Amino acid sequence: MAKYPTETLLSWSKAKEIRETYYKNYAAAHDKGGIRWVGGAWTFDAVPAGLGGDVYSLTSEPYGASCAFNKDFSTRAMEAAETAGYARDLCAYMRNYWGSILMNEYAFGGPFPKPDFIWQDHICCSHAKWYQVVSELEGGIPMFCVDVAVGPAEPFGTLTEAKIDYVAGQILDGIEWLEKTTGRTYDDELFIEACWNDFRSTSKWAQVCELNKAVPAPLDEKTMYSLYVLATLQKSWGVVADYYDELYDEVKDRVERGIAAVPNEQARVMSDTQPPWSALKLFRYLEQYGVVSVGSLYTFGLEGMWDFDPATGDLVPRPMPAKKPTTREEAARELVRWHLHKPEYQHFYDCDYKSQMMIAICKNWGLSGVMLHYNRGCEGLSLGIAENRLAIQEAGYPVMTFEGNMGDEREFDLGRTMQRVDAFMETLGVKKVAA
Amino acid sequence: MYTAGIDVGAKTVKIVVTQDGKIVERQIVSAGQDAQAAIEEAWQSLDTPLADIGLIVATGSGRKSTKRANGYVTEVAAAAKGAQKTEPEVRTVVDVGAEEGRAIRIDENGKVVDFAINEKCAAGAGAFTEAMARALEVDLPTLAAMSLKSTGNVAMNAQCAVFAESELVTLVHSNTPKEDMAKAIHDAISDRIVSMVRRVGMAEEVMLIGGVALNNGFVASLANDLETSVIVPQDPQLVSAFGAAILGEEGNYAESLSETME
Repeated sequence: MAKYPTETLLSWSKAKEIRETYYKNYAAAHDKGGIRWVGGAWTFDAVPAGLGGDVYSLTSEPYGASCAFNKDFSTRAMEAAETAGYARDLCAYMRNYWGSILMNEYAFGGPFPKPDFIWQDHICCSHAKWYQVVSELEGGIPMFCVDVAVGPAEPFGTLTEAKIDYVAGQILDGIEWLEKTTGRTYDDELFIEACWNDFRSTSKWAQVCELNKAVPAPLDEKTMYSLYVLATLQKSWGVVADYYDELYDEVKDRVERGIAAVPNEQARVMSDTQPPWSALKLFRYLEQYGVVSVGSLYTFGLEGMWDFDPATGDLVPRPMPAKKPTTREEAARELVRWHLHKPEYQHFYDCDYKSQMMIAICKNWGLSGVMLHYNRGCEGLSLGIAENRLAIQEAGYPVMTFEGNMGDEREFDLGRTMQRVDAFMETLGVKKVAA
Repeated sequence: MYTAGIDVGAKTVKIVVTQDGKIVERQIVSAGQDAQAAIEEAWQSLDTPLADIGLIVATGSGRKSTKRANGYVTEVAAAAKGAQKTEPEVRTVVDVGAEEGRAIRIDENGKVVDFAINEKCAAGAGAFTEAMARALEVDLPTLAAMSLKSTGNVAMNAQCAVFAESELVTLVHSNTPKEDMAKAIHDAISDRIVSMVRRVGMAEEVMLIGGVALNNGFVASLANDLETSVIVPQDPQLVSAFGAAILGEEGNYAESLSETME
C-alpha cells in the first residue's frame, strides 16, 4: 500500500510538445524567410528576439544533452569529433554538437541546419571556444560574444552600475551588430517583451522548485529535467513563460492535495551538476528505496532566478522587477542585472558561494543526503565540486559521489553507480520499499 | 543454527560461519574461471553441515552467483561491520582487493559514515601489484620481501597501471635496484589508497583488510604514508565475509539483489 497518492503530471506532455516544436521551428526557419541563430543556453536570447517573430534559435547545451540521450547518435558524434582531432576530455556537449556538424546530421532528423549568425556569451572556457569552432566548421558564420565575467552578484559581491554598464553596453553594441548582420531593423518593443518573458519564465520556475519543499515532494528531479529544459531552450519565448504559469498552478494543486512524485517517499536527496543524460534511470532506481531527488542547485538555479539570504540561510525565488522596462537601454540593463544574479554564475568566482546555496537547499528542502556527480563532461559546473562535498559534509549531511560524464556515456558506469547508491542507502539507513 | 557470510571476489571465494557473533569456521577457495563451481566447492569444503546454516548473506562483486544466499549486503557495509567486530576500536577501514580499493570511515557500531572507492582503475588494487610483480619476474611474496629491504627512494610517477609498467621497464634499464623498484610499486598503490582515506577522513584506529593486506611491503608503505600504525587482522581477506555473517545475525541485509546485479 503506497504511503502517498500519486498522479501523472498533466502538463508534462505539453512540455514535451513545446520542446519538439522548438526544434522543428529551428530546422524549418528558412522555409518562410525566417532566421536561425545559435548560442549557449545562458546567452541573452531575449536580444535576437528583437529582430522579429520569425527568429529561431538552437541553444547548445540542451542540444548536446539531446544528443547524449540517443546513445547511438552520440557515440557517432563523439567519434566524428575525435577523428577530426578534438580531444576526448573536452566538454561533452560541445563534442556532441561539433560531431553533429561534422556528420551533417541533426539529432531530430535530417541534415544539420546551418545557422545565420552566432549570438553567444563567454560563461566558461569551453563556451568561449565552442562557437569559434562552429563558425569555422560551417565555413564562417558571423559571431558576436558578450563577456559576462564581472564578478559575483549580491549577496556575495556587488553588481555595481559600472559592471552593469560593461555588459549592457556590449548588448547594445550587439543589437547594432545584429541589424548590420541580418539587414533587419531592430524592434525595441519585441525586445522589451522578450525580456519580460525571460523574467517571468525564470522567476516562475524558481517558484515551482520552491513548491518541492513540500512533503511529499510533488515533483522528482528526473521529471523536472523535462520541465526546466524549456527555459534553456528559449526563456524569452512567451510560450515558455505561459507554460511555467500553468505548471506552477498544477504543482501547487498537487501540494495542496498531497500528491507525491514518489508514492513511498521516505527520504529526500539532491544531486548536483548535470546528470548522466544517457542513464536517467538512476533516478528511477532511487524510487525503489522510496527516495526522491527533489532537485539540485543545477536544476533550480541553472535557469531559475533566486535570492540567497545568508542571514536566514534560505533560497527564495527572486521577485520580478518592479516595473517593465520602457526603453532599449532600460531593458538591456535590467536583463543583465537579472541574469548575473543566476545562482549558477556565482561558483565561478568562489566555490564557497555555491556551497552556501547547496546547504540552504539541504536545510530548507529537508534532505537526508546528497549525491554529487563528479561530471567529467563539464569543466564549468563541476568546478569546485570536491570543495562543495566537504562543505556539505561539514554541515552535517551525508554525501555520496559518483564519477561520470553528462554527455559521453562511454565514461559512465551505471551498474557500478547503482552499487554505490546501494552502499549510500545503507549509510542513510534506508531500505528498499516493497514493490 | 548458524549464519554464513560469503564474499565472492574476483580471485577468491570466502566463507565465514558464525554463531552468536563468534566465528565457527572459515574457508577460502580460489575463484578460477568458474565462479559457480568455486562457490559450490567452498560450500562442500565446510565441516558445518549446510542444513545447519539458517541464513546465508552474500557480498562481493560476484554475489549474484550465490544461488544459496537469502540476503545480500554491499562490500562497504560488510567490510565496515567485519572490521569493527574484529577490533571495536577501529574507525577507518582500508579494504584492498584484487580489483577494488575502498576507504571507509565507521562509527563505534560499525555503521558506515563515509566511503570512497577507486573508480575504474587497477592502480589502486591488487591487480596492480600482480602486474608489477610479473614485470619484475618475481612472485608476490618475493616482491613484498624485496620492498622491505629497500634503502633508496624511487618515485613511480605514472597515474595508470599500464603506464607504470612502462615506467618500470625504464627503471630496470637504469639499473635501479630491484628492492627500490619493489618499494616504489608499493608506495604508488599506497598513494592512491591514502588519497581515498584522506577523502573520507582518517580516524584511528586504522585497519587494513582484503587480500592485499597479506603483502607486508604494501602494509609498510601504507603505514608510512598514513603516518600511523595499521592493524592487519588474522586472515584479513575473510573480514568482509565475517561482516556479512554478522549483518545477517543482526537482520541488517537486503533480501533481494539490486537490479544491477541481476
